[in-house]
Amino acid sequence: MEYIDRYRDPESIERLVAQIRAISRKQAKLMEVCGTHTVTIGRNGIREILPRHISLISGPGCPVCVTPVEAIDRAVALAQKQDVTIATFGDLIRVPGSETTLLRQRGEGADIRIVYSAYDALHLAQEDGGRQVVFLGIGFETTAPTVAAVIRRAKETGVRNFAVLSMHKVLPPALMALVESPQLGIDGFICPGHVTTIIGIEPYETIADDFHVPCVVAGFEPLDVLEAVGLLVRQIEMGEARVEIQYRRGVSPDGNPKARAVMEEVFEPCDSVWRGFGLLPKSGLRISDSYADFDATRKYEIAPVNPREPEGCICGDILRGLRQPPDCPLFQTTCRPDSPVGACMVSSEGTCAAYYKYYRR
Amino acid sequence: MADRAMPHVKTGRVTLDHGGGGRASRELVHRYFLPRFLNKILEKMDDSAVVDFPGRRLAMTTDSYVVDPIFFPGGDIGALAVNGTVNDLSAQGASPLFLSAAFILEEGFEIRDLEIVLGSMASAAREAGVSIVTGDTKVVPKGKGDKIYINTTGIGLIEEGIYVSGTGARPGDAVILTGSIGDHGIAVLSRREGLNFDTDLKSDSAPLNGLVREILSTTDGIHTMRDPTRGGVAATLNEIATQSGVGIRIDEAAIPVKDGVRSACEILGLDPLYVANEGKLLVILDSRDASGVLEKIRLNRYGRDGRIIGEVVADHPGRVVMRTRAGGTRIIDMPLGEQLPRIC
Amino acid sequence: MCLGIPMQIRRIDGNVAEAALSGTTRPVYLDILGEEVRVGDYVIVHAGFAIHKIDEREAGETLDLFREAGILDLDSGTDHGVH
Repeated sequence: MEYIDRYRDPESIERLVAQIRAISRKQAKLMEVCGTHTVTIGRNGIREILPRHISLISGPGCPVCVTPVEAIDRAVALAQKQDVTIATFGDLIRVPGSETTLLRQRGEGADIRIVYSAYDALHLAQEDGGRQVVFLGIGFETTAPTVAAVIRRAKETGVRNFAVLSMHKVLPPALMALVESPQLGIDGFICPGHVTTIIGIEPYETIADDFHVPCVVAGFEPLDVLEAVGLLVRQIEMGEARVEIQYRRGVSPDGNPKARAVMEEVFEPCDSVWRGFGLLPKSGLRISDSYADFDATRKYEIAPVNPREPEGCICGDILRGLRQPPDCPLFQTTCRPDSPVGACMVSSEGTCAAYYKYYRR
Repeated sequence: MADRAMPHVKTGRVTLDHGGGGRASRELVHRYFLPRFLNKILEKMDDSAVVDFPGRRLAMTTDSYVVDPIFFPGGDIGALAVNGTVNDLSAQGASPLFLSAAFILEEGFEIRDLEIVLGSMASAAREAGVSIVTGDTKVVPKGKGDKIYINTTGIGLIEEGIYVSGTGARPGDAVILTGSIGDHGIAVLSRREGLNFDTDLKSDSAPLNGLVREILSTTDGIHTMRDPTRGGVAATLNEIATQSGVGIRIDEAAIPVKDGVRSACEILGLDPLYVANEGKLLVILDSRDASGVLEKIRLNRYGRDGRIIGEVVADHPGRVVMRTRAGGTRIIDMPLGEQLPRIC
Repeated sequence: MCLGIPMQIRRIDGNVAEAALSGTTRPVYLDILGEEVRVGDYVIVHAGFAIHKIDEREAGETLDLFREAGILDLDSGTDHGVH
């Protein structure tokens, strides 16, 4: 733990905050794109130790939050099939679909297992050839290559009772949708460290160069996030807009080409619906034809779903950074972690859940 | 309201969240059990019921143990079934005397494993100085249960002048935690199917009646004691804040967490404050007595890492707030249900 | 969005390594890791996969920066800029 603790040292934190205070003059609205940053900020109380004129808002970087109701409905439809075992990351199990959640389906008798890695799902299939295992593939470019690698392994080893329901998304189209939005009032992006580990920094260059918004790729410890805030503030004060990497121990500028290669071999881009953004062209990943046998949407008949989006929920504006959770009429009243209406309340790192947990007064 | 807005109680079926010790568990009990069984003793919702007999006060508690897996580093379901009930009595200020033990065994359960579990129960009872005086055994068909479930009920005696209760915390009180948190929960998770990790941790399962006796002999300023089991320190402090109508402030830097717990929590995306313990106590007491009691606690083998972790305040009643290491503050909320490993 | 934890490689067996963080160990898959790793190296682990070999030199420099004062001076040249 000493390895991690070095990035949590209270004295260094204090020093860094003092430096930020010393150089910061202008109002700065910074968006942390990634939900894991949201958690770091909340857990450590980072908003409160920063000067008041620096505000941190949470963006579209929680895969659970941006997964639309219809995707959950399809997962539920699969879970209801007789001999299908669903394997999923724990994150997804409480996300509300139109009518129900996977957790409730488990109560109804569906076989739903929580796994930590897509490999654990493949092993489930290999251990019991009589079960059809469907893994729910969710996540951005950090997670998609891990699932791609497992699908490739399944094909190589001739496993026939394993498939993936791909709900994967890629981040750059959502970022572009954000910066192209005329209402956007964001002065800098805290870019997601581990997505960048895979995709490299190239996608952010347009944002900095063409839209003149500074971008800093940040790690996930308190000192990482604070240093990224400091670097953004420095750019803002100097009127610059560049891409910087704060998280140099975890990111190479050109990313991880090997991971991208397997992702591109197994998946292909497709148009995809994001909760809060609607349909974004080429923002999703579907399983390519050469791996069609492992595509749950082609392997199983999934009855057409009729998604019912929750009424009154402003998740869409929250994910765009236009409004904050307290602006939502449902927040804390009908929408709470134990009775989520929108997906921003579902994941522990969703903007609304984080607000509810850490900042509710 | 749309059905989906209440996914936990209106489902018509029990979900695992109802057993997690958090909000969903509380809602289940308050909605379905309490209205039907309510009486003056039950409504206190303390760890043990306190019953007035002419001249004596008895404490009584019951708990069922369904842990999966039944064997884990540092203990098994048998030790847990004795220690858990002993600790619920102890936290009420009672000296545990008698236990009942009821078993539901699944057809096909190995006698060899049964013997190990019973052996642990016997030695746990010996260490705690309690007698198991009555019991019951039922066998259910294969698949209708999971190996072995144990229910224990305990009775203890409360000495004259001792009044501890979840409603007793007052502004100005100190909060003591008797040792490091999360050991039990992580030790159990490490043996659970599908997670695939190893740990050098052991469960902290232990009888705390000796420690409690020493605490109570030091002062009469003990207001509340609780053992933070399911839902961890976060759930227990929230319960106390709600029951006593006070705010609680704790300090992250003061809370002992072993590296093994922290590292497993980092990897699985969990928060140690929400992870279960089976051998720790939270003690809320008059702040004037805090250092003396802490000294006594630290002399006990189950209290060596004891610390003062916070204070009771008049602000934000019902709410638990933590000062973080980084110098900020955060709200420690009641957990929702079962803690699930996450990747995001 | 993507929990990634630094873990140290203890043993390597084909595409699987045993990796540790303090007292916690688990199998970690190397399928998508570009760099060669050896026992003792640190990797970032996400969902059971090593996704990056941690650059120890960069890690050291970041820590040095945290210890120093004045890393955010407005007129100091940036050593973080990538272009």
